[in-house]
Amino acid sequence: MERPLTEHIKNDGTALTLKEYEAVGGYQGLRAALKMTPADVMNTVKDSKLRGRGGAGFPTGLKWSFVPMGDDAPQPKYLVANGDEMEPGTFKDRLLIEGNPHQLIEGMIISAYAIGASMSYIFLRWAYHEAAQRVLVALDEAYKAGYLGENILGSGFSLDMDLHTSVGRYICGEETALLNALEGKRANPRNKPPFPQVSGLFGKPTIVNNVETYCNVPHILAKGAQWYIGLSKSEGGGGTKLYGASGRVKNPAIWELPLGTTLREIIEVHAGGMQDGYKLRGVLPGGASTDFLTPDHFDIKMDFEEVAKAGSRMGTGTVIVLDDKTCPVGMCLNLEQFFAQESCGWCTPCREGLPWTAKILLALEEGRGKPEDIDHLTFQTHYNAPGNTFCALAPGAMEPLQSALKYFREDFDEHIHNHTCKYRH
Amino acid sequence: MATEQVISEEARKEIEALFEHLPRKQAACIDALKVVQKYNRWVSDQALVELAPILEMSPHEIDSVATFYNIIFRRPVGRHVIYLCNSVSCWVMGYEAIRNALKEKLQVDFGMTTKDDRFTFLPIPCLGNCDHAPSMIVDEDLYEDLTPEILDEILAKYE
Repeated sequence: MERPLTEHIKNDGTALTLKEYEAVGGYQGLRAALKMTPADVMNTVKDSKLRGRGGAGFPTGLKWSFVPMGDDAPQPKYLVANGDEMEPGTFKDRLLIEGNPHQLIEGMIISAYAIGASMSYIFLRWAYHEAAQRVLVALDEAYKAGYLGENILGSGFSLDMDLHTSVGRYICGEETALLNALEGKRANPRNKPPFPQVSGLFGKPTIVNNVETYCNVPHILAKGAQWYIGLSKSEGGGGTKLYGASGRVKNPAIWELPLGTTLREIIEVHAGGMQDGYKLRGVLPGGASTDFLTPDHFDIKMDFEEVAKAGSRMGTGTVIVLDDKTCPVGMCLNLEQFFAQESCGWCTPCREGLPWTAKILLALEEGRGKPEDIDHLTFQTHYNAPGNTFCALAPGAMEPLQSALKYFREDFDEHIHNHTCKYRH
Repeated sequence: MATEQVISEEARKEIEALFEHLPRKQAACIDALKVVQKYNRWVSDQALVELAPILEMSPHEIDSVATFYNIIFRRPVGRHVIYLCNSVSCWVMGYEAIRNALKEKLQVDFGMTTKDDRFTFLPIPCLGNCDHAPSMIVDEDLYEDLTPEILDEILAKYE
């Protein structure tokens, strides 16, 4: 089984240096790309069926194709790596950045070449101090080796790259909010359209992709679209995927596996099943803003289509496990308090609805719940549904709650009838 | 009455150096706030007043940015800041026991600073270290697989 993104990441926890990266084929994808036209690079990525790894799964090559090209296109164009990774339960991009920062940089250079960008930013969350240091070292190495700056490898293509470390807020992961943060503003999401591909950073054409997405690009260019498609077990997309698990499993970690690996294999084989004394009740398959799935769903493939068919989303692919000694209502309370705090406050359903939801759940946990609270919670899941809010934060916040009401309803009812949370005693 | 200058010449130069690659000065607002905080630990009202002409923004505009973000501090903080992750994976893995133990040791709860000005204790969303929950950051140092028993040893490193 091939693991192109992680096979060279060292066990001692240090980052690959430029020399080490080059020795295992690093920057060969870039060399191949620079011999092609930007249009051919874009088509190769389209053919590879690479889909965005940040959660939404939008086809990467298609996203790029909306960027205006040619001599009349607005300049400068920007390319941004979204390394905000603030989705609770998600810790995959940190591994990629800390373990092999040059892989990300190479992927960004190739992608910038494809869309004709001349400036690029790595947007990194503040908490990743170690990753930030490693990126700075790698950027310095890449400039000195001629992979960044003027006339890269004699190709005539020039690109600058800079690191921006954020100062917090979950909403920065939303690509238009991220652009506002990069412009020094409050990170409120922007209206779409115009889409960033046309009018993004400082009003110029901009591509924002997730860190893991870019890390795939060098391998696609070095080994070809057909090879990349062959890595996947999913009909809907190519390549491998970084999956992870946290919670009371025996071996919480990140694994690079074929896209479309089953949820059962992830939990039972790679995560090693549950810790002794714990039983699995459900999982959030792809971070905090995805619907719960139960063991009945474990034979589905973890890809964009099958998880959606089961009523959830693959999201970031990092699974959060709910065990039988943890309160599902308490878990929802924790999640909704997070989303309420991290709402940017721009639109009413989110700003008002999420704190309201969290307060009701707190009442349930504290034994103050009333039967009509279930109706209130259900109302919130509709009130904050897609289409009613400015961005996807509030609909995402409702996903774990609406599914918990479906699968763990008896726990909600017990809290109300018994005026207590049995998991706390 | 003359107010004491809180943004040093050194900090001002560092802020002005940020403008180099930016199409407008306002774009440096967040990074400028980080510079102020690096030197002063927090961003006071006076700092906003002094930043305003440098960034060509009003103090209130800068405040709207400063108050938006999790780790720009508009109130004084201690010499060290403890950021305890309170998101879902850490919560499942026993964050509450860590919070209670820290509360007892520091004699302060979230949002507060110890009497000796040594620690400010804050909750923080997911630190992306979920395979080693519970986790926390002190200043810039990450600590993982926390148990109440190892907290004393960690706190002792910070004076």
